[in-house]
Amino acid sequence: MDSDRDVLFGIYCPPHPQPLLAPELNNGYKNLRNAYDKLRDRIQSSGADIILIYSTTWPSIVGHQIQAHPEPEWIHVDDDFHYLGSMPYKFNIDSDFAHAYRDAAESRGLHSRTVAYDGFPIDTGSVVALSLLNPDNKIPACIVSSNMYSNRSETMVLGKAARDALSKQGKKAVIVVVASLSNRMFTEHIDPKNDKIHSSKDDEWNKKILEFFKDGRLEDLSQLSRDIHGQIRIQKVAAYKPVWWMAATMGQHNNYQGEILAYEPLHGSGGAVIQLTPSNESVGDKEFDEDDVEYYHGDRNVLDRGNL
Amino acid sequence: MPNKQASKKPIDKGIVAGHNGIESHFISHGKHTYSINAMKILKRLIHITVVATKGMEKGQVVLGCLAPHPPHLVYAENPEQNEPFSEGGWETLRWGYNRLARKLKKIDYDVMVIFTPHWATYIGTHFLGLPKFKSLSVDPIFPNIFRYKYDLTVDVQLAQEMHKSASEAGIITKMMTNPDFRIDYGTITSCHMLNPEWDKPIITISSNRNTHYYSGEVMNEQATALGEACLKAIEKSGKKVVLVSSHSLSHRHFVTESPLPEDMSREHIYNHSQYVWDMKMINMMREGKMKEVIDIMPEYTEQTIAETEAGGLTWMMAAMGLPNYPAEIYGYQSVIGTGNAVVAWDPNSQTREIVL
Ligand SMILES: [Fe+2]
Repeated sequence: MDSDRDVLFGIYCPPHPQPLLAPELNNGYKNLRNAYDKLRDRIQSSGADIILIYSTTWPSIVGHQIQAHPEPEWIHVDDDFHYLGSMPYKFNIDSDFAHAYRDAAESRGLHSRTVAYDGFPIDTGSVVALSLLNPDNKIPACIVSSNMYSNRSETMVLGKAARDALSKQGKKAVIVVVASLSNRMFTEHIDPKNDKIHSSKDDEWNKKILEFFKDGRLEDLSQLSRDIHGQIRIQKVAAYKPVWWMAATMGQHNNYQGEILAYEPLHGSGGAVIQLTPSNESVGDKEFDEDDVEYYHGDRNVLDRGNL
Repeated sequence: MPNKQASKKPIDKGIVAGHNGIESHFISHGKHTYSINAMKILKRLIHITVVATKGMEKGQVVLGCLAPHPPHLVYAENPEQNEPFSEGGWETLRWGYNRLARKLKKIDYDVMVIFTPHWATYIGTHFLGLPKFKSLSVDPIFPNIFRYKYDLTVDVQLAQEMHKSASEAGIITKMMTNPDFRIDYGTITSCHMLNPEWDKPIITISSNRNTHYYSGEVMNEQATALGEACLKAIEKSGKKVVLVSSHSLSHRHFVTESPLPEDMSREHIYNHSQYVWDMKMINMMREGKMKEVIDIMPEYTEQTIAETEAGGLTWMMAAMGLPNYPAEIYGYQSVIGTGNAVVAWDPNSQTREIVL
């Protein structure tokens, strides 16, 4: 269990810009903002060497991309919420860790590469999370993309590679998963005062997921990911992956202390700010049926073999 | 479109000489009138007649282009705006694009209106709403090959008219007026390949993700309504417009890249099924069966995870009245496994060609 301590705690938070740009628009956004602020203070006093972000709003195609520009700087504008304002940023990225993560991913069979280009468009979710959780850049950060085509085994292995890299460099991390719970937004412009979760079904599922988080049952949630994808996720990508990455990076068990700092609607989607801290109290009583994966062997070429 | 020259009230010695330019030139203005020689009057008269007639003309779509936007194509062209250097590649597509760009040089048009999958919006359809955008575009997926400095002009007036027309048709819309907004690489790649001189204004329309939120059928309905609303605005504007639907056909990528991205010995379609579907679509385009293409779109999109899911082709075909004449095929080639075709629809039967 020692290597679990490479991750001091994990955070799950939403990608939308309202808590950063317009928390005053309704009490919910303000609540979310307060939750970020609380976590900002906890990170500062945690003794973390690095903040590692997995962002669902940074899709990749060519393998897994890892941000390695030591000081990326730009003024970001969101595709949908451009009217809420611009997001100027300048971050402090741990390039050494980015390269170590790339190497660790490659050693586990993944195709991976670092990106370090002036003007590279860092995604809304990462900009929001880093701006709110690490506003003074006191702790170096790193960001990893979410490959559009990757599924469970690839995502699990990507999480394990993050642990490898942290262990190898002897760094203590706070990991941050940027993702909505239910991700269906209203398709029309709304008065923020009337914001609510898109449907009761989404709300009920979100609350069930929050119960699991609160009980620290991360591995159980990881095992439920395919159901969650089918029930409350817009089918933009192959699967609901953030909990797979989070579980693999934090150690694939149910021994965490969970805290839900906020759960609020963000233009209809489910926005939750959650902290999970490794502990020794086991809650898990489930029989896991999904395979564990250590190394990514690529596609199994079932179709080709069937032709033999 | 109101003609500024003709509607300006000419004043002679403090006397308002008429309500429009045409009238004013038929009014005797005392000694000044006699000082103008007859040739000048005739020339001016012809000019005004042409301008006034143009002002009364309905705007129209003069060409529709299916213009794929893998940034690899701009990379392979090595324009001065793009920082990385390449040794070429993807000639079948690029030479097809070059030929279509030469055709466009001979066409009289005022503005290029482009529908892009890479400005994805979930809350309605958005239109670029500021006159100038100048910045650096770095592709989030292929930053190694696309870091392009752009400087472009937007026809805000027509964008607002399209926005208004779409809103009146019940479509959720928004004007984008944040000056820090970065133009997506789909817009830049397609527009660069069609008009490398950037000497015409553009309008970018975002793609609302109906396929994700609802289904391919709903996407078809919504994109059709948007296309029809845009056509109304174009007709009202009196402008000649080139429409651009910016996307690939089949859209399964390889998830690895060769060390030299332009190494053409590694380039091929992702699988044969994608190829067969793409050919089916291209053959229907060649035969002028665009209604059939749109009808089959939901199934095609699902089978090949085609980039038609964003709605561009449906939008463009709706705005062009579902052409039943043959499309001009300029080329088909794979880029990192995806299927891409450069195709144009020329409503003018005099200039329409069989290209390939
Ligand atoms: Fe694309």
